[in-house]
Amino acid sequence: MSGVKRFICGDEAVAEGVRLARPHVVSAYPITPQTIVVERLSEYVEEGSLKARYMHVESEHSAMSCAIGASSVGARAFTATSSQGLLYMAETLPYASGARLPIVMMNANRSIATPWNIYGDQMDAMFLLNSGWIQYYVEDAQEALDMMIQGYRLAEDPEVMTPVMINVDGFVLTHTYELVEIPLQEAVDGFLPPLKMPLNSMSLESPKSLCISAGNDTNMEFNMKQHFDMLRSASAIEAVDRAFGETFGRTYHGALEAIDTEDARVVLITAGTVTGTARGVVKALRAAGKKVGLIKLRVLRPFPVQRLIEALKGVEAVGVLDKNISFGYEGTIFTNVNSALMAGQMSPKTLGFIGGIGGRDITKANLEEAYGKLFEVLEGADLDRVQYLNVRCDY
Amino acid sequence: MKRPQVKPWAYPGRVQDFPLGSTSKSDHLVSINAGWRTLRPVIDHEKCIDCMKCFLVCPDGVIDKSGPVLEIDYDFCKGCGICAHECPVKAIDMVKEVK
Repeated sequence: MSGVKRFICGDEAVAEGVRLARPHVVSAYPITPQTIVVERLSEYVEEGSLKARYMHVESEHSAMSCAIGASSVGARAFTATSSQGLLYMAETLPYASGARLPIVMMNANRSIATPWNIYGDQMDAMFLLNSGWIQYYVEDAQEALDMMIQGYRLAEDPEVMTPVMINVDGFVLTHTYELVEIPLQEAVDGFLPPLKMPLNSMSLESPKSLCISAGNDTNMEFNMKQHFDMLRSASAIEAVDRAFGETFGRTYHGALEAIDTEDARVVLITAGTVTGTARGVVKALRAAGKKVGLIKLRVLRPFPVQRLIEALKGVEAVGVLDKNISFGYEGTIFTNVNSALMAGQMSPKTLGFIGGIGGRDITKANLEEAYGKLFEVLEGADLDRVQYLNVRCDY
Repeated sequence: MKRPQVKPWAYPGRVQDFPLGSTSKSDHLVSINAGWRTLRPVIDHEKCIDCMKCFLVCPDGVIDKSGPVLEIDYDFCKGCGICAHECPVKAIDMVKEVK
């Protein structure tokens, strides 16, 4: 079943995906570069094409608090934010995940102040890696739309019941235009049936205490259960994507997509839009006879350790591209990948590449340079563990 | 005293048997909570004028008015002393807990 094709930007694709998912409540506060998402959603509610309650809140903290309230009584809730908004919302994120509420949120990845900047990097979402939310990173507008639909199906899976954050790179994706297929509503309705009242829902017939206290005699076990369920959601992530493919004819290969990794000596790992640039670079390097591969990491929590280990078997050097800095250490994804390699008792050479901070371009030439450095390391070069891409002066 | 009752709760045998999330049936008290009290408020019913100020200001809602006189639920009173401080006729004494 194919839908109509439209030439829209990433934010509009998100809004189209959310409309198709039929949330009961949208509570959001506008922030660049997410604004178009919530503008479109408020227009859909105004014109009646989305039968939802749009709550005009005064802050992101309230946006998520309203989504938590709505979700607590069994409503499908959506919000979207970015950067400082996500950080202002931060306190409420573990409330949603701890209460096991299947909220879906779009985050337009944007840098964090200060210095002030509205352009895209992934520092914002990295702050919330420990918030108990499943985290996706998407590559293009079609994937952004599709993941709104997949996101609810995953979050509402009775075995998962965990909120989902879909990360969409600011400007590079939110504000660029692509031809996007809008699925048919009936196909989406078949894939994503109305939310059944979850067991933890509150109602007048079944009054509940929300956000209960659990002292030192039970708190650890509550947290362990949440953690184990998040780990187990790895299989649901694969299953939901497969089912999506069966209905809509497109899949995203679950938690990660391995491109030309099978016979690769050198592999670069990316998350988000830069993957598109890297695909082209891999194609060109392959044509030149270089054994390079690429892994598009789509999910950072739960971290797909087993799939990474399988995809990196036999690879001699692994580079990880981070659009973030964990000040005082390295890129966050680099740390996670190195840990996964240790878990798999694998010891390829690894290099962390930090780039794209505050919206700095990551060009094809930058990625060619990254692959080149990985080959240099294989030839015995002693390079710094962390490399910086497209820096404009000496360091 | 008509107070919420602590209900017996079987500690789950496995982590996965814990409730889904931090939500429970209302009124589901599984333990008392007053262990750190060092001073206990004691109402002198001779002085008490039933003005209900203590009932209104108690942050833990442990002043019970269901009986003929006001009573304090010591299973949940933390001993903060706000009731004694606010009592207009000084009818509440804070007495040191002795074990």
